[in-house]
Amino acid sequence: MQRSVIIQTGDFDAAELVQAMRRQHGAQIGALVTFTGLVREQNLITGDSTAVATLTLEHYPGMTERSIHKIVDEAQSRWDLLNVCVLHRVGTLAPSEQIVFVAVASAHRDTAFAAAEFVMDYLKTNAVFWKREQTEEGTHWVESAETDHQRASQWHNDR
Amino acid sequence: MSQIKVLFFASLREQIGTAEIYLSANNLAELFAQIETQLGSEARLALQADNIRIAVNQDLVEHEVALEQGDEVAFLPPVTGG
Repeated sequence: MQRSVIIQTGDFDAAELVQAMRRQHGAQIGALVTFTGLVREQNLITGDSTAVATLTLEHYPGMTERSIHKIVDEAQSRWDLLNVCVLHRVGTLAPSEQIVFVAVASAHRDTAFAAAEFVMDYLKTNAVFWKREQTEEGTHWVESAETDHQRASQWHNDR
Repeated sequence: MSQIKVLFFASLREQIGTAEIYLSANNLAELFAQIETQLGSEARLALQADNIRIAVNQDLVEHEVALEQGDEVAFLPPVTGG
């Protein structure tokens, strides 16, 4: 299985990343599922209606990449996959900007859908990133959401 | 005593007021004692909270481990990526 794990400050072109995966595997791929996460203007999880001006992501270079590789390892052990691409941005982002991209290529759509959702759920709870929101009322570190942990643990129970 | 690089991330870095310090310790218990001496008991309590994870050389550790010269110990608040 091929994989790419990319941490970068700059924006990305999802179409380009998909084309690169298609070039690597050609007609082996029957299903290609992609997910793009965007910075939302309001933090709906905390119910805070204050508009987010910017979001700043911090990471731990080296360990962050390793934490993502472990998630991809786990996905690979559960499903028969051809390629997994995870790209996560760091630095300061404005609402509506792209923040994260996950693409999974496999022979069949059921595995591609499941693996993409699994990788995204575990990125939320296990990948080493921290978000800080800047609003007009000040800055604060985003707290981890219980719903994210419930989603991730659901995969554990399913196994 | 082994010289250990200690890293604080995100909210912990702001709370403690520094991103990294060097301390002398041969295990985590000695490291926490050094943290109390150099940074105060509030810093030690913040770092020993239940939701703080500890990584030694970028691998998470669940319990006491021996530390060697040049090891890197990182304190990680709950992660919020994705």
